[in-house]
Amino acid sequence: MTKTMKPMLLCAGALLLATGAHAGEVHVLNWKGYGADEPFATKAFEEMTGDTVVNDFFNSEQEMLTKLRTNPGLYDVVMINAAFMRQALEENLVQPIDTAKISNYGDLDPDQAASAMLNEDGKTYGVPWTWGLTTIAINDKAFDTAPTSIREMWKPEHEGRVTIRDDAVEAIQLGALATGQNINDIKDMSAVETSLTELLPNVRTFWSAENDWNQMVASNQIDLGTYWSGSAGRAKAQFNLPVSLAVPEEGAVGWLDSFAIPVGSDNVEGAEKFINYMISPEFYVEWDQTVGAPVSASRRAVAALPEDAFNRRVMGSPEIAERVQFQQPITDEQRESYLKTWQKLKVGAN
Amino acid sequence: MTPSFKTRRRNGLLSALPLLLPAYAWLTLAIFLPLSAMVYFSLLSDIAPNAPSPSLTIENYATFFSDPLYATLLWRSLVLGLIVTLACLVIGFPAAYVLAKILKGRAREAIFLLVILPFWSNSLVRVFSWSMVLREGGILDTALNAVLPFEVTFDLIYSYPAVVIGLVHSYLPYMVLTCYLTLQAIDDALIEAARSLGASRLSALRRIVLPLAMPGMLAGSALIFIPVVGSFMEPRILGGRNGTLFGTVIEDQFTAVYNWPLGAALSFILLAVVLVILLAAAPVLRRTA
Repeated sequence: MTKTMKPMLLCAGALLLATGAHAGEVHVLNWKGYGADEPFATKAFEEMTGDTVVNDFFNSEQEMLTKLRTNPGLYDVVMINAAFMRQALEENLVQPIDTAKISNYGDLDPDQAASAMLNEDGKTYGVPWTWGLTTIAINDKAFDTAPTSIREMWKPEHEGRVTIRDDAVEAIQLGALATGQNINDIKDMSAVETSLTELLPNVRTFWSAENDWNQMVASNQIDLGTYWSGSAGRAKAQFNLPVSLAVPEEGAVGWLDSFAIPVGSDNVEGAEKFINYMISPEFYVEWDQTVGAPVSASRRAVAALPEDAFNRRVMGSPEIAERVQFQQPITDEQRESYLKTWQKLKVGAN
Repeated sequence: MTPSFKTRRRNGLLSALPLLLPAYAWLTLAIFLPLSAMVYFSLLSDIAPNAPSPSLTIENYATFFSDPLYATLLWRSLVLGLIVTLACLVIGFPAAYVLAKILKGRAREAIFLLVILPFWSNSLVRVFSWSMVLREGGILDTALNAVLPFEVTFDLIYSYPAVVIGLVHSYLPYMVLTCYLTLQAIDDALIEAARSLGASRLSALRRIVLPLAMPGMLAGSALIFIPVVGSFMEPRILGGRNGTLFGTVIEDQFTAVYNWPLGAALSFILLAVVLVILLAAAPVLRRTA
């Protein structure tokens, strides 16, 4: 892979560079349909700064890293999940950011801005953008009062009415939460395995996309399951489904997305302006209200939302801030061993 | 005599070359090269870009034997392949017989079209539509309860039978088509002769039709068995938590943990097992052909 594909991709990258990079362009690498490529946003940014936005997309974090490696100098802004920043730093793919040039930086949640995942040796490599939770959501029809414990999923009355995502890391972390462990430092793996083994008979199926979850609720096939906070908010607000978030007292897994500037960017100034716009209340309010967004890392942006907005009312509540455990980087070895454990549990449950 | 014969033969090969070249060039490009690349990957210790330069190892193959998990999964996949193949045979052979021997003209064309029709839609769409049909409160459940005087709950989705149903639906046309071709080639006079000599319909079927149709049935079985053993999409969508099979585990290695070497090694083990099964079936094939 490294030996044969790298030169080829480098050539392709060089070609792109030769044809694509003019001054006044900001090349952004992000998930497709994730805010930065909204037409209203690129238009507003162009009118504001005169720089055009050129979007490129990735389908997995691995692909994002590969694109950075093989196209040095092509991208000016890249969206990186904080848990992957360590790897990008180790490979020297991103450069320090002068936060003084980003006027909205002061609006960010101080804890998130100072996150050890985004800062090293006093330098800032990532500007927090959005965050969210992987937690429990319920089908309102199945509950009179929302459950407060994650153990609700294990109860026999929900047999065949629970769904979780078919993702080894998420599953193991769910087991860790249920056994009262720190998701980033799982000491008792056998307790996690036992707990998941007990959970599996309750699982109706695994969901893989938002649509799966929403359809199962719409056809009343499930009572509760793990879900993403933004997705639960969207299910209720946009699709009118009886879905509520129930962040359990045992805690919830948090993720943090950030913007970084790749090494070799030839438009650092444009990149800073773009990041500044991405964390501005103007952009965030329109994104959240017209499309639906996760929670902004900017406190001023969240405060600019209407009072009853999900991301202000529910996600902004102090209980959630107390319960969230942010996900730390996971090594490839851990990921592989989690997958193996998870596969074994799934096979064992048959 | 000998020299002229030789030149003619060489000329024959030369003139055949332009005809063979496109197919072999394509096979080299599309099958041989990717497969060789996968053999190489399967022998690498690591392909993570920041890892120290990878070395060659057979450790990935050893993983399969060191952990019973993979053998269990492979066994499950083989059993699934067998069930689906048998179901296709049982459903497909009579249909092919009717098409080849009983229907004629327009009716045959119409039924034939119905058999091939599913091929015209995307396989993913077909699998997804099953999930609407098979679930509780789905199309089949509602329809059955509307007709039947008593209440039934029909909820097959996310179960092993659902995977079998989806796979049989996907692969049935292969069996119908291969059986149809061999059945059509059987001279009707043979069957008539058997009947006029006093054979019952059943023994005519058993002693004339089935043996002559065997090559088609075996070809169809091989065409179905091989992809079903490695299938991952249908089990994932229809199987729910019962859908973990050898194919889905290989897919996870490539997409979830980026462990191409192990994924490639598992793929080749699957390939080897399927080849061994086909080789074991070869004597039967030769005897009947």
